[in-house]
Amino acid sequence: MIALLIRDLRLAVRAGGGFGLALAFFLITCTLVPFGVGPEGGTLSRIAPGILWVGALLSCLLSLDRIFALDHEDGSLDLLATSPLPLEGVVAIKALAHWLVTGLPLALAAPIFGLLLHLPGPAYVTLVLSLLIGTPALSMLGAFGAAVTVGLRRGGLLLSLLVLPLYIPTLIFGAEAVRRSAAAAETTTPLVLLAAITLFTLALVPFAAAAALRVNLR
Amino acid sequence: MSLWEYANPTKFMRTSGAVLPFVVAAAVLSCAGGIIWGLSVPDDYRQGSTIKILFIHVPAALMAINVWLMMLVASPIWIIRRHHVSALAAKAAAPIGAVMTLIALITGAVWGQPMWGTWWEWDPRLTSFLVLFLFYLGYIALWASVEDADSAADLTGVLCLVGSVFALLSRYATLFWNQGLHQGASLSVAPGERMSAVYRYPLYLTMLGFFLLFLALLLIRTRTEIRRRRLAALLARENRA
Amino acid sequence: MTALLSVRDLSVARGGLRVLEGVTFDLQPGRALILRGPNGLGKTTLLRCLAGLQPVVSGRIGMPAESHAYAGHADGLKPALTVAENLRFWAQVFGGGAVDAALDRMNLRALAARPAHMLSAGQKRRLGLARLLVTGRALWLLDEPTVSLDSASVALFADVLRSHLGQGGGAVIATHIDLGLPEAEELDLSPFRAIPGRPADKPAGFNEAFA
Repeated sequence: MIALLIRDLRLAVRAGGGFGLALAFFLITCTLVPFGVGPEGGTLSRIAPGILWVGALLSCLLSLDRIFALDHEDGSLDLLATSPLPLEGVVAIKALAHWLVTGLPLALAAPIFGLLLHLPGPAYVTLVLSLLIGTPALSMLGAFGAAVTVGLRRGGLLLSLLVLPLYIPTLIFGAEAVRRSAAAAETTTPLVLLAAITLFTLALVPFAAAAALRVNLR
Repeated sequence: MSLWEYANPTKFMRTSGAVLPFVVAAAVLSCAGGIIWGLSVPDDYRQGSTIKILFIHVPAALMAINVWLMMLVASPIWIIRRHHVSALAAKAAAPIGAVMTLIALITGAVWGQPMWGTWWEWDPRLTSFLVLFLFYLGYIALWASVEDADSAADLTGVLCLVGSVFALLSRYATLFWNQGLHQGASLSVAPGERMSAVYRYPLYLTMLGFFLLFLALLLIRTRTEIRRRRLAALLARENRA
Repeated sequence: MTALLSVRDLSVARGGLRVLEGVTFDLQPGRALILRGPNGLGKTTLLRCLAGLQPVVSGRIGMPAESHAYAGHADGLKPALTVAENLRFWAQVFGGGAVDAALDRMNLRALAARPAHMLSAGQKRRLGLARLLVTGRALWLLDEPTVSLDSASVALFADVLRSHLGQGGGAVIATHIDLGLPEAEELDLSPFRAIPGRPADKPAGFNEAFA
C-alpha cells in the first residue's frame, strides 16, 4: 500500500503538472472573479468565502479523471486488481495520493488567494481548517466518480456531472464555516458537520468505488 | 407463484401487456377528473386562483421523489438478485422522474412569481428539487454513456445507491444553509394549518392520477426497453455466429 | 500432490454471451498448459476469469489462495519510472521478490536506470515478463506473452519459464507461436465453443436473458 502511494506521488512529481496545475487553476479562478464582479473590496470580501470554496472544489475536479484513467490504459489496474492489495485499499490510497497533490496544496495556499479576494481577517484560520477537513471527501468522491467513468469515451464530462452533485453537502458546510468566521460568528457546528461528512465519505465510498472499478475491469 | 417470476422478460411482457390498457384508462380518467374538479373549486382567500396550480405541482413533486425511491428499490434488486427487468425498469423510470421534477420546479416558479414575487428562491425545498434533478441527469447520462448493458446496469445501480445517500445529505445540508420560504407539507396531519376538504379531495384524486400516469409510462417504457434489449441481443448473437 | 489449478465445467462469457462452456482441466505443479484456438474463441476471456478479473457464468475454479500472477496484453509499466523502479514497485506490492535477479534473468540489467518510455516494444515486454518473477507466485496466467519479442528473447523467456516449472511452478499460456517448450501440454478450446441459443438455466448477461 505504501509502495503504491509512493509510486503515485513520484509519478505526480515526475510527470509534472500534478501539484502545479490545480493551484494555477485556483489562481486563475480567483483572478477572474474580480473581473466579473468588479474590483470593489466590500463586495469581494463578502463573497470571498464562497468563491474560495467553489474555486478549490473546481480545482480538485480538474485532475480527477487521471486517478484511474492512466492506470487503466497501461494495464496497471488489471495487475493491481490481481495483486494481494484489496481493491478498496487501492481506491483509498489513490484518493489519498490525489489529495496530497491537490487538496493539501490548495488548503495551504488558500490564504494567499484569500488576500486577493479581501477575505476578512478572522476567517483565514477557518479557511485553511475547513479546506483541510473537507478536501479529503472531495478526493474520495472524485475517486468514486473516476472509478465509475474509467474507460468511457468522453468520461471527463460525465465525471463532472456525476461528482459535482455529490460535492454539495461538503461545499455547504465548508463555505458556511468560512462565512460564519468572516462574520465573527461561531464555527464549531459547520466544522463538526463537515468533519462528519468527510469521515462518512472516507468510511463508505471506497467500497462503492471498488465495486464500480470491478465492473469496469471485466 | 412468486413475485420474482415477473423478472422473466417474457412473463413480464405478457402480464404488462394485459394490464396496460386498464392502467392507461385509469390514469387518463383520474388525471382528467382530478384536474377538472380542481379547476372548478373556489379561489383560496389568500392565494386566489393560483391555488389551482397546486393540483399539478403537488402530485408532480410527490412523484419526483417517489420515482427516485422506486429506482432505489429496483437497483439493489438488480445488484443482488440479477433480475434484468428490474434494472430496465429503473432505467425506464429515470426520465419520467426527471420530467416530474422539472414539472414541479416549473409549476412552482409559475406559482411563486405572484405569491412570493420571485420566480426562483434559494429555498431548501426548491434547492433540493434542483439537486434531485441533477442526480436524475447524472443517472440518465451514465446509462447513455456505457455501451455494455450489464456494466451500465451495474454502474447505474451503484450510482443510484451512492447518489441517494448524498441526495439525502444535501436535503438536510440545505436546511442548515437556508431556513426557507416554502410552506410546510401541503397535506399535514397536524391540526391547524390543515387544508380545506374542498381542495384536499381533488388533490387526492390528482395524486392517484399522477401515480397511475407514472405506472402507465413506466410499463410502456419498460416494454420498449425490453424490446430494445431483445433486438440488441439478437443482433449480438447474429454477429457472434 | 495437489493441483495448482483445477477447472471444472467452467462457462465464461464476453459481452453478455457465453463463449466457452464446459471447460475442464487440471494443472499439476511443474506443468505448463498452452491454450490453442482461433482468434475470438475466448482465450483471453478464460484467462481473465482464471485471474479473477471477470466473474464466471458457471462452473468452478480451484486454486490455492493468492497463488497466481496475471500478465495480459498491456505490461502495466509507468513511462516516467525507470526499469528498476517499475520492477521494485511490483515486487513491493506482491511482498518482495528479488528485483536484481529478475533483471539479470530477463537480460535487463543494462537498462535498469533507463526510464520505461525510452524502451522499445520488445524491451517493455521483457520488463513486463520480469514482473512475473518478482511476484513470487506459483501459477502464471499469460496472455500472448511473446508479442513483440524477437526470437532470442522468446528463447530467453522459454528458459525462464522452464526454470519456473522446474521449481514446481505452473503456467497457463494463450499463444499462437511455438514457444519451444516440447514438454508443455496443449489444450484445444475449440470443442468448448458455446453453442449460441442453447437454453441456459442462468443467463450470462442481458444479451442471453433477452435473446
